[in-house]
Amino acid sequence: MSAARLHVVTGKGGTGKTTVAAALALALAADGRTVLLVETEGRQGIAQLFDTPPLPYEERRVAVTRGHGEVRALAIDVEEALLEYLDMFYNLRRAGRALRKMGAIDFATAIAPGLRDVLLTGKIKEAVTRREKGRPVYDAVVVDAPPTGRITRFLGVTAEMAQLARSGPIRTQSDGVMAVLRSPQTAVHVVTLLEDMPVQETADAIAELSAASLPIGSVIVNMATEPALPETDLRRAAEGGLTGADLAAALGTVHLPGTDGLAAALAAQVVEHAQRWAAQDELRDDVEALGRPVVELPLMPGPMDVGCLFELAGRLEEHLRAEVAA
Amino acid sequence: MAVEPAAATEPAGTHRPAPGARPQPGREAPPMDLAALITDPGSRIIVCCGAGGVGKTTTSAALGLAAAEAGRRVVVLTIDPARRLAQSLGLEELDNEPRRIDVPGAAGELHAMMLDMKRTFDDIVVAHSTPERAQQILDNPFYQSLSSSFAGTQEYMAMEKLGQLRAADTWDLIVVDTPPSRSALDFLDAPNRMSRFLDGTMIRLLTAPSRAGLKFVSAGFLVFSRIISKVLGGQLLRDISAFVSALDTMFGGFRERANATYELLHRPGTSFVVVATPEPDALREASFFVDRLSTEGLPLAGLVLNRTHPPATTVLSATRAEGAAEEVVEAGGEGAELAAAALRVHAERMTLAAREQHLADRFTSAHPDVAVRTVHAAAGDVHDLEGLREMAGELTGPDDTPTGIPRTRVLPVRRR
Ligand SMILES: Nc1ncnc2c1ncn2[C@@H]1O[C@H](COP(=O)(O)OP(=O)(O)OP(=O)(O)O)[C@@H](O)[C@H]1O
Ligand SMILES: [Mg+2]
Repeated sequence: MSAARLHVVTGKGGTGKTTVAAALALALAADGRTVLLVETEGRQGIAQLFDTPPLPYEERRVAVTRGHGEVRALAIDVEEALLEYLDMFYNLRRAGRALRKMGAIDFATAIAPGLRDVLLTGKIKEAVTRREKGRPVYDAVVVDAPPTGRITRFLGVTAEMAQLARSGPIRTQSDGVMAVLRSPQTAVHVVTLLEDMPVQETADAIAELSAASLPIGSVIVNMATEPALPETDLRRAAEGGLTGADLAAALGTVHLPGTDGLAAALAAQVVEHAQRWAAQDELRDDVEALGRPVVELPLMPGPMDVGCLFELAGRLEEHLRAEVAA
Repeated sequence: MAVEPAAATEPAGTHRPAPGARPQPGREAPPMDLAALITDPGSRIIVCCGAGGVGKTTTSAALGLAAAEAGRRVVVLTIDPARRLAQSLGLEELDNEPRRIDVPGAAGELHAMMLDMKRTFDDIVVAHSTPERAQQILDNPFYQSLSSSFAGTQEYMAMEKLGQLRAADTWDLIVVDTPPSRSALDFLDAPNRMSRFLDGTMIRLLTAPSRAGLKFVSAGFLVFSRIISKVLGGQLLRDISAFVSALDTMFGGFRERANATYELLHRPGTSFVVVATPEPDALREASFFVDRLSTEGLPLAGLVLNRTHPPATTVLSATRAEGAAEEVVEAGGEGAELAAAALRVHAERMTLAAREQHLADRFTSAHPDVAVRTVHAAAGDVHDLEGLREMAGELTGPDDTPTGIPRTRVLPVRRR
């Protein structure tokens, strides 16, 4: 996992991509390292998470970590990236500004949907390979990437773009980006929950990514919970072998309202809890069967804040260390 | 074109919010009568919409099943069903046409199909032009990228397919699932956005400046056009140009076509069901959608609040359950640990239910007229007919439940 310098975090929508990407950036920045956390969807999720004002198209420090490490964040603005690009290749920055006012830039990214992704991956590659005083500026770059349904296109789009744009500098640029993305410098991590759809999408994404020769990192199981009962009771309950009668005697030792119906209702809830747990356990096996390193992150109680992120980062650090040792 | 039933009125169970209805905090959400909606012969189209991942597909399929069991001839248009559900319904073959699903004992018929957007687009092209011209379009690289990946194509094709199914007039009821876009509004906006894009001035200027009338072409556009061809390569522009002119001769503009499909949603007999999970993001989307429907004068049946966690009993609060768990452990004896665990499970459940109810209340205070139906989270996911039937029961059954929590809510109203 940490042989890589470019960490791309994907997963089904809502599984915690943004949260995990942020926690991973913190983990990688520990012990004095400098990490860039990149947002690609233009939703300012990172600013929200770190409780800072919306990020401009500029690398800004959002957190410091132990040993003077730091995480900087960048929310890539596609239009700005296109202007930068025009400037770089054609010295057209001023004309570009006028066009932006006319809505022409929006239009350009719309007629060639892949253009957007090319600009994003191009910018990411630039950050990964940027050097100053003979060393890389960033020890690692973490990308809060598009969801599993679009990730292979997103990362492979440069190849596709090269086909669509059969001439022009895009074609030339694509090759450089693909070289980084397909190298061992890159790891694509997939975030999942222990639910049917996310696990299914994780399996699909891994198959697609490997078919596209993109290097896959770990599977990150997010929002994992602990069962409330000991193993044996759990199994019995999951099979429906738990009734109010099993609880009534012990409940009788304290004063509670409506004990009869109460015991049955509590038992029904335990059965549901246990069944949910059993279903999760089965999915855990499915995740293991994907043959990738797996790390579980707990469901954090209460609202997500920077404190929670550091806690999740701690878990990821352990995982990184174990991966290196292995 | 389809013939409207003589007395086409609004289907039962829908309502148009009174203009200017003001939110009244603390009001109870009205119950939603989906059973009446699906059985009413005047009800011909139900559109299930909402943010991605909230259970639109399952809700559509369950409503379709319930209607078929109530004797109607139903087709469910699904967009992106979970694989296991698709498998168990035999929807895996992508022939882009409805297939009958065997529902033992149903008085009506259930048909279902999975949208193949590229194929739907290809069909339009083939149906509206000569074979040679159709082939030209189908081979065009820009068309190929547009029909398989342009943002909005899926929404637009879903609308198109709905139009086709409705025109066939062989169905009593069409239930439509909407594409899994980030925003629920995409479904309403995409067809227009796409048609604006395809016959917009910009594309004409770029692809055929002379035809669009040179007097509108400013120097800026010419620079832009040059940049575009430099960056993307001139070939792409030529492909677009060829595609647009082929399309033009084919059926006088995309916009008209998109408008026609959009009009369909305004016809009597259509109603919308907004689906959300009890989470802030999903409910925010649901809110936007409800406002949008009311602005557009589209009839809303109500909100399905999916995957709620009502407790099996409410006699014990979370705090009391936590306390009792400690007391039970202190008293000791056989089964004490198990009983304490059961009490903690209950405490967690009450806390979760309270959070869900709080979110539902916030929605209702902003939209007091919107009917609500909650659907409890099944222990696993729904992936067969049996699971759908259970969900259909929760959607269309009576509003009261054995636990005394009405199906408009996650927790009962607190009495003072
Ligand atoms: N380990 C966790 N414990 C508790 N809550 C979590 C955890 N991980 C994520 N969340 C919460 O889950 C929600 C979704 O997380 P997040 O925004 O990171 O997901 P995402 O995959 O980036 O979503 P999207 O697909 O919308 O971009 C957020 O409210 C977040 O705070
Ligand atoms: Mg996100």
